[in-house]
Amino acid sequence: MNFPVLSVITFTPIVAALLLLLIPANRKNEARAIALAAASFALILSLWVYFTYDQAAAGYQFIEKYDWLPALGIGLHFGVDGISAPLVLLTGVVMFTGVLISWGDDHPHVMAGIQDRPREFFAFLFILATGVLGVFVSLDLFMLIFFYDIAVFPMYLLIVIWGWSVTREYAAMKLTLYLLIGSIISLAGILVMFFAQYQNTGVLSFDMLVMEHAGFSQSFQILWFLPVFLGFAVLGGIWPFHNWSPDGHVAAPTAVSMFHAGVLMKLGAFAALRVGIMLLPEGAKYWQWLIMAFASIAVVYGAYIAFVQSDFKYMVGFSSVSHMGLVMLGFSTLNRDGLLGSGLQMFSHGVMTALFFAVVGMIYDRAHTRQIPELGGMSKVMPFATVGFIIGGLVSMGMPLFSGFIAEFPIFMGVWKVQWLVAVVCSISIVITAAYIMRNIRQVFFGSMPEKLEGHITDITMLDKVAITTLCLFMVVIGLHPKFMAPMVQTGVEYVLRLLGGS
Amino acid sequence: MFTSTTFASILPEILILLLGMLILIVEPFWKEEKRRNVGWLTAGGLLVVMVVSFLAGQPGEPTSTLGGMIRFDWLGFFLKMLFIFAGAATALLMMDHERLGARGEAYLLLLASLIGMNLMAVSSDLIMLFLSIETASIPLYVLAGFMVGDDKSTEAGFKYLLFGILTTTVMLYGFSLVFGFSGTTNMYQLAEMFRVGEIAPLAAFGILGLILVGIGFKVTYVPFHFWAPDVYEGSPTPVAGFLSTASKAAGYAVLLRLFFIAFPEPSLSTSWTMALAILAAVTMIVGNLLALPQTNIKRLLAYSSIAHTGYTLIGVVALTQLGAASVVFYLVAYVLTNLLAFGIAMAFSKVTGLEDIRDYAGLSRRSPWLGLMMLTAFLSLTGMPPFGGFVAKVVVFAAGVQAGYVWLVIVGVITSVIGAYYYLNTLKFVYLYRMPNEDEDNHPIPLTRPYAVALVALTIGVILIGTIFAPWFNWSDAGALNLF
Repeated sequence: MNFPVLSVITFTPIVAALLLLLIPANRKNEARAIALAAASFALILSLWVYFTYDQAAAGYQFIEKYDWLPALGIGLHFGVDGISAPLVLLTGVVMFTGVLISWGDDHPHVMAGIQDRPREFFAFLFILATGVLGVFVSLDLFMLIFFYDIAVFPMYLLIVIWGWSVTREYAAMKLTLYLLIGSIISLAGILVMFFAQYQNTGVLSFDMLVMEHAGFSQSFQILWFLPVFLGFAVLGGIWPFHNWSPDGHVAAPTAVSMFHAGVLMKLGAFAALRVGIMLLPEGAKYWQWLIMAFASIAVVYGAYIAFVQSDFKYMVGFSSVSHMGLVMLGFSTLNRDGLLGSGLQMFSHGVMTALFFAVVGMIYDRAHTRQIPELGGMSKVMPFATVGFIIGGLVSMGMPLFSGFIAEFPIFMGVWKVQWLVAVVCSISIVITAAYIMRNIRQVFFGSMPEKLEGHITDITMLDKVAITTLCLFMVVIGLHPKFMAPMVQTGVEYVLRLLGGS
Repeated sequence: MFTSTTFASILPEILILLLGMLILIVEPFWKEEKRRNVGWLTAGGLLVVMVVSFLAGQPGEPTSTLGGMIRFDWLGFFLKMLFIFAGAATALLMMDHERLGARGEAYLLLLASLIGMNLMAVSSDLIMLFLSIETASIPLYVLAGFMVGDDKSTEAGFKYLLFGILTTTVMLYGFSLVFGFSGTTNMYQLAEMFRVGEIAPLAAFGILGLILVGIGFKVTYVPFHFWAPDVYEGSPTPVAGFLSTASKAAGYAVLLRLFFIAFPEPSLSTSWTMALAILAAVTMIVGNLLALPQTNIKRLLAYSSIAHTGYTLIGVVALTQLGAASVVFYLVAYVLTNLLAFGIAMAFSKVTGLEDIRDYAGLSRRSPWLGLMMLTAFLSLTGMPPFGGFVAKVVVFAAGVQAGYVWLVIVGVITSVIGAYYYLNTLKFVYLYRMPNEDEDNHPIPLTRPYAVALVALTIGVILIGTIFAPWFNWSDAGALNLF
């Protein structure tokens, strides 16, 4: 039997979390070192999975299958395809950079990183990471929702303990309840699907590859598509259920914001695609217009709200709503271009927004304010972060030569094929995005530094630079060399299209 | 007549009785300050009982023994093991209670009650059932009011006694009517009587209503729940834990056997399942809503345990094999989790003497491990993986969906989100808030050995049920099979 790489990746973080809990609380640096080691290990393995995935063969690879509860048809069935392999990589990248960012800095003016109980912080973060990875690799519906919920609850603790003291209690509770409602409604839908399958085919199995052939009737799919899809899409930040997300992003500590916007929102989108669209394709076709409407509102409205924010982190938070709206928009096209774009956008946005939140966190730790008018002149003291933010900004605007373009262009093409008007309306968001990104770059990085900040601001640490470099690397590589990712996502999209009836 | 099967069918009870005698003999010889060691003896003895029963008392094919009084099957056996385990954990938690720990009779009462519960799980005759319910209850009345001189404890004991007597009497009246109409008290024969329609449906409904009153008291569904918060709050914490777990589970054992065996006839079951479905919905809503404003941890747990009764009822209502299996599985997860929660409350108030939720501020700094265990218990109660509560909830919901009670599952779904609010809120005190002077380092919460053993065992149990759930489910399923 082959090396069970997917389960090793999935369970590495949780094993590390247990190890972390066993070391004494005052050994902060040891805790950080263990965290970094585990994150690097997971990153290396996820890179290995990404590069050894056989694109010619396509389909699900690195399959692992164990019976878990045969009486109810629950099994531990792992595997990745062209859509989930990049997301596993994304998780590895964000985990690695998140640990670097959280390392901290002992400079007196800087309150960077996690200084209070880092042991617990990394332990909870890694439990979350296991949940995320588990969702991306699970081919069993029960296990998917199992890992999905594992990814939800540590969020509450991470935000409430280490978050921004002003809004953390409110934001954490709001976020958790929103996500719980979503996940538990999806769970109800999944159970209904499970028994409907049993009635149709006599097979008692949560395995999604089996469930794809369950032969749900059209009326059944139409009835249950919305609860299942929207239940998951809540975590994907779909309008009108996006409300938790900016609050949650802002209240969370830097590494958690990165994880949250970078990976967790993809979790929602991915699960919505995997369970909602792929298992209930007829429902997806029926409700296509509604999803498209929701998504296009999210795209434009999110961008507009981001534009009017004066809080740097809220701006990034709402820009995530807008960009995740593009992912949903791509899903709603149900055609090759749109889905391909969505797959790429999930990765591209994950890396980009992680970078944004990292830079915002670095600035806030030093300036102790996030109000855009009170900031300025950061390029003089932290040139490295400035370059990173500009690259992220270009990705965000969808500039050619960066990953954002590679991702957004197909989405708009796909939308045009379905309904050109929506494409036109949504393209407004690109302009708005460009406006607020440019304005921010000018004000925060190049304006003149306010007097009270003068002399307080120090450059970012070496570890921060490593993190920024890692994130930028992916955005540039995909932009310059789309073959790095596009063909792989393409193979996954083909599979989705087959389920949709080969359009 | 008295064959080896007969012996095996009541082996655990015989052993517990012997253990009780042993305690009676040994206890006077221990000096006052060492007398809490009776707890070790009780817990250890109960574990031995479990092991011996596993080795020598496993049921084969379901059989009736002792003239039809006892049903010897997996369902009963599995539940017995659960009760005994809960009893052992409770004995450990009792050891360092200042009023209970050094009193041998407290452990003896616990064992007596345990014998009653074990018999509740296997009674197949109404008379036997009633006797076992009383055997289980009377020691608990005493235990609840054990702290003589403490007003709240006395109130708890008295309230529990009055309410218990009242509801059991109503149930007994129901039993007598059953006998009057059918001429038999054996559940398996009753099923036959009902099947051939010898009893007028209207009379049958009345009887079922009376019986449901008694069971409602045991498992605390609305509207027979309101004794629970007062009694839990007043009685000694380990006893409250035992009341809310093993005693409740025993009530469910009765509910399962009596209703699945004696009244499954569709003409009857459609009405009692509908009644129970409505009760379940109301219980989930009321329990969760009333838990929201609670400030005392024991009252919070009391209302939360009422809410959990509602979830468990979904499995009963389903009236399928999966439903019965889900009830048993839910009970396993719930008993362990709630014992853990009460154990933590006990360990905390032992050191601090406090029971309010806001006193838990800073707990994770004062004792990280106790904080993590509390996290485990409360997240499991919320229904979060990888803890037992999640799988249990999914299985119960699955049973509901399978039987077509989607609306009931949706009520469960919505109320469990309400539940998440107060559980997470409590964890916020544990993890976020600090003690008034931020002086946690000088206020550690040391765990004495009995607590450490009991709490760690329960924590591991809760995680095991939540991750490696196959064996637990298979045992529950094997038990459920005996009902059909």
